[in-house]
Amino acid sequence: MAISKRKRAQYIRFGVYALSVALVVAVVLLVDWSRLQGAMFRWDLVKKQFPGLITTAARNTIIFTILGFAGGLALGLFLALLRLSRARAYRWFAATYIEIFRGIPLVVTLLILGFGIPIAFKWQWPNPYLRGAVPLALVAAAYMAETIRAGIQAVPKGQMEAARSLGMSYSRAMATVIIPQAMRIIIPPLTNEFVLLIKDTSLISILGVTEGTIDLARYGRNGVFDSANSTPLIVAGLAYLVMTLPLTQLVAHMERRQKASGR
Amino acid sequence: MNTEAVVSIRNLNKSFGDNHVLRGIDLDVQRGEVVCIIGPSGSGKSTLLRCVNMLETPTDGTVVVLGTDLTDLDSDLDAARTKIGMVFQSFNLFSHMSVLDNVCVAQRKVLKRSKDEAEKIALQLLQRVGLSEKATAYPAQLSGGQQQRVAIARALAMNPQVMLFDEATSALDPELVGEVLNVMRGLAEEGMTMLVVTHEMGFAANVASRVVFMDGGVIVEQGPPAQIINSPQEERTKAFLSSVQQH
Repeated sequence: MAISKRKRAQYIRFGVYALSVALVVAVVLLVDWSRLQGAMFRWDLVKKQFPGLITTAARNTIIFTILGFAGGLALGLFLALLRLSRARAYRWFAATYIEIFRGIPLVVTLLILGFGIPIAFKWQWPNPYLRGAVPLALVAAAYMAETIRAGIQAVPKGQMEAARSLGMSYSRAMATVIIPQAMRIIIPPLTNEFVLLIKDTSLISILGVTEGTIDLARYGRNGVFDSANSTPLIVAGLAYLVMTLPLTQLVAHMERRQKASGR
Repeated sequence: MNTEAVVSIRNLNKSFGDNHVLRGIDLDVQRGEVVCIIGPSGSGKSTLLRCVNMLETPTDGTVVVLGTDLTDLDSDLDAARTKIGMVFQSFNLFSHMSVLDNVCVAQRKVLKRSKDEAEKIALQLLQRVGLSEKATAYPAQLSGGQQQRVAIARALAMNPQVMLFDEATSALDPELVGEVLNVMRGLAEEGMTMLVVTHEMGFAANVASRVVFMDGGVIVEQGPPAQIINSPQEERTKAFLSSVQQH
């Protein structure tokens, strides 16, 4: 007997669902939970991570993120404006910058800039935070520039024309009319950028760390070396989630609101 | 002073790539004149208007407004634009600002008026266009007709010497056209110099001091509204008017 298309689709949906549940149950049953807990989630070690996890590691991760984000936002805005400039040389410069920094892995850029800038300028990083945050900002700027450029281009052309027709200069119109509207459009993608940066700060420690500038990921790894147990890394991972989850939820909320208001 | 040309356009040409949109336009607008530009779509009338405040850069020719040749690279374009008000088909209110801020922002930033002075002028103008109770609203909360009246107030706040209207009622629902045309009519009666690109033949017939018919990038015919609209001489004008009046 032939079954109808819609009935068949219903059976398939049910089948896939049942299979998914079975898979989850199988994993739960197959894992040796007590062994896993012994290796990765020992309460005594969890407790040992505090308060250093908060007072040093999370604090440093946040400092690196904010420095990288602020620098990246300023430079990214500048690059976006160059990218939209009428002068071909500026557009070309910005496009090259963006392609180079987006095309090289962050680890490589961190190492090249972290050690290369002092050599190139016969100069020492005045502050270990800057040594990590400046390369991070330079890379973040490349990504943010594209986001900001898209946001500026999403503002209707008539807004610039109206501003210019009132006698505003190009830069005045950009600052008072275009960029405020573009910002509203790009706050969700920029928040995502911020989340990516939080995670990217975990790479900074390859430049070397001091006791004071240790970040969450390195704090977790050091804990692993000290205790011969993976619990500190799990705690560090959870600490990242505590920071990133509220932000990703906020982005989802903003996107729903933008969709609801139709713009 | 009575016959001073506010706008004086000579041999204006504009091309977009291979598309030669304006082909040698000569046009003078005297102080206090209301010049309506009519013509089929694609005839170049909006481009002509946009050349008057240099939103489009002419390919050739000169545009002199209030004695300043705007095609001269040494002229101060931003200063000249404050004296040329423009109203757009799509309103173009600043969507992130309240109605009051829309009318105040250029007064503050360009004319450097104080906050109090700018707001006083803005409220007077909003009252004049019948929207003083909407000062704190945002553009998205207004109807098209209301938005366009705010846009007119915004332009008037700069004390322009001439106003450009680029199909100001074309994007409006039919029942909202009248409120905008009434504001425009009031301006004309007060002696504002106006250059109006429009499809509203009634407005052109009743308000214009002169009607200019354009087609194919040239001025085909111009004269008093009664002459152009009721007894056009050129075949192209007749064909356009009869196609407009059929519906």
